[in-house]
Amino acid sequence: MNSAMMLQNQVKYVNKTFWRNPASAFFTFAFPLMFLVIFTSLLGHHSISVSRTRSIDLSTYYVASMAAYAVISACYNNIAVGLAIQRDSGVLKRTRGTPIPGGIYILGRLVHAMFVSVILVVITAGYGALFYHASLPTGWSLVKFAVMLIVGALTFCALGFAVTCVIPNADAAPAIVNATILPLLFLSGIFIALSSNAPTWMVWVARIFPIRHFALGMQAGFVGTTFNWMDVVVVAAWGVGAFLVSYRFFTWEPRR
Amino acid sequence: MDARESPVAISVRGLTKSYAHNAALRGVNLEIRRGEIFALLGPNGAGKTTFVEILEGFRRRDGGEVLVLGIDPDHQPMSLKTRVGIVLQSSGVDRYLNVAETIAMYSSYYPHPRAVDEILRLVGLEAKRDERVLRLSGGQQRRLDVAIALAGNPDLLFLDEPTTGFDPSARREVWEVIKNLRTLGKTVVLTTHFMDEAQYLADRLAVIANGQIVAEGNPETLAGRDRMLATVHFSLPPGVVPPAPFDLHAKANNVFEIRAQNVTQDLFDLTSWALGAGVSLEDLRVERPTLEDVYLELTAEVAESRSGEAAL
Repeated sequence: MNSAMMLQNQVKYVNKTFWRNPASAFFTFAFPLMFLVIFTSLLGHHSISVSRTRSIDLSTYYVASMAAYAVISACYNNIAVGLAIQRDSGVLKRTRGTPIPGGIYILGRLVHAMFVSVILVVITAGYGALFYHASLPTGWSLVKFAVMLIVGALTFCALGFAVTCVIPNADAAPAIVNATILPLLFLSGIFIALSSNAPTWMVWVARIFPIRHFALGMQAGFVGTTFNWMDVVVVAAWGVGAFLVSYRFFTWEPRR
Repeated sequence: MDARESPVAISVRGLTKSYAHNAALRGVNLEIRRGEIFALLGPNGAGKTTFVEILEGFRRRDGGEVLVLGIDPDHQPMSLKTRVGIVLQSSGVDRYLNVAETIAMYSSYYPHPRAVDEILRLVGLEAKRDERVLRLSGGQQRRLDVAIALAGNPDLLFLDEPTTGFDPSARREVWEVIKNLRTLGKTVVLTTHFMDEAQYLADRLAVIANGQIVAEGNPETLAGRDRMLATVHFSLPPGVVPPAPFDLHAKANNVFEIRAQNVTQDLFDLTSWALGAGVSLEDLRVERPTLEDVYLELTAEVAESRSGEAAL
């Protein structure tokens, strides 16, 4: 079997285990969609200013934010928790003793996470368009949106791989993943939009970490705000850093 | 000579490995022949897992030569991975696949896999083919481990403590599967700390203690077991004592033991006396040291010399 076939085959098995596992199917897939419905129903009729001259419905804002959150959940949370469990239970070590190249095995998870991300973004966008008349990216802005989506998904996958290097065991995985991502989701304005009078330190946290940049890129697609290529660069830089960390420190054996 | 044709499956010379300042293996020499079931027997912490994991390529050795199927296992070369099946001491499977899917997934990693149905039959899991793996019993999960190791139709199988922690019936299940592997002509290397397991399964075995091979042979003759003195046990009515010429040792409750230099002669003399004197020899039996006796003696020697070292 050549590498492409091996990869395709591996994605098939990752996909099977993903949907049969209630934890991943619920927390990764249903959670972002649930938040989307709750936030838009609760706050959708409010409006928010996105620039000095323009304000939009919060519903549209949440369609963009929840699309970003869905990608983070499908990539970062899903990969970090899933891989930590596989490593801890010895699945990774067992796999290491078989001829499948490590790169193909890992890529199988990454491709699957990207696939789930795209489905979630499509559902989110469809929901927004159907119930809240959210505008959808078209033409050149769709291309830029797609670039942000792919770069973002790759980066959050890489961050997922990187964080497994500090997760000591399967029990600690959900705690560490949530502890690293939840505060940043809030500080980056995913759940509650950052107003113009947000404290300076918070603005800086949002500027340093990749989540806000990613969310801004997604917003540009849905809301029509300016697409800033710098956002893509910051997100990509985090991705490259995370890839290097995982490449150096990733282990196939349980960390005991 | 082509390594594939060599009668030696594994050769190990002067193998050393240390963790921090603890020597786990202190110069191990061993040869395992093609087609045999070889058991590495030793107490916990003797270096069994370190040894097999070096052969499997999971750990790197400090020194010595190791050839597995003619290939150096360091860094797990692909040429070796395709020909070896590994059952680790403990390793899970993806819990949400069923038995057949799991075996099929691992089969797909190999260039010349064995058919899934055939593997299911070999390990006796045909009835469980559509069962989710997390619903299998311990013995069934272990048989699934063996099934996965067989997926690539390997020449050589490693089984690290295949039955540790199992109840007797689960152990039997796994044993029967391992015994069946012999009919496939596979070379099997297993580690265990159970004497009965080694005795039941192995063609040849080595005892490892404190990082060294202390004895090697087949289960019947290990460490001269077959040549050791047999003992004749029997009990007599109160007050009756057998005549002098035996190397006789009296135990409690009128039980006696004879260390027999010549079992045939001693038994003849004893029974002739008993018949002549009209005495019944209750519970008469002849015993040789069991594999367990030999093993405990071998590993105790090492433990003693070790505590001696520590005292210095």
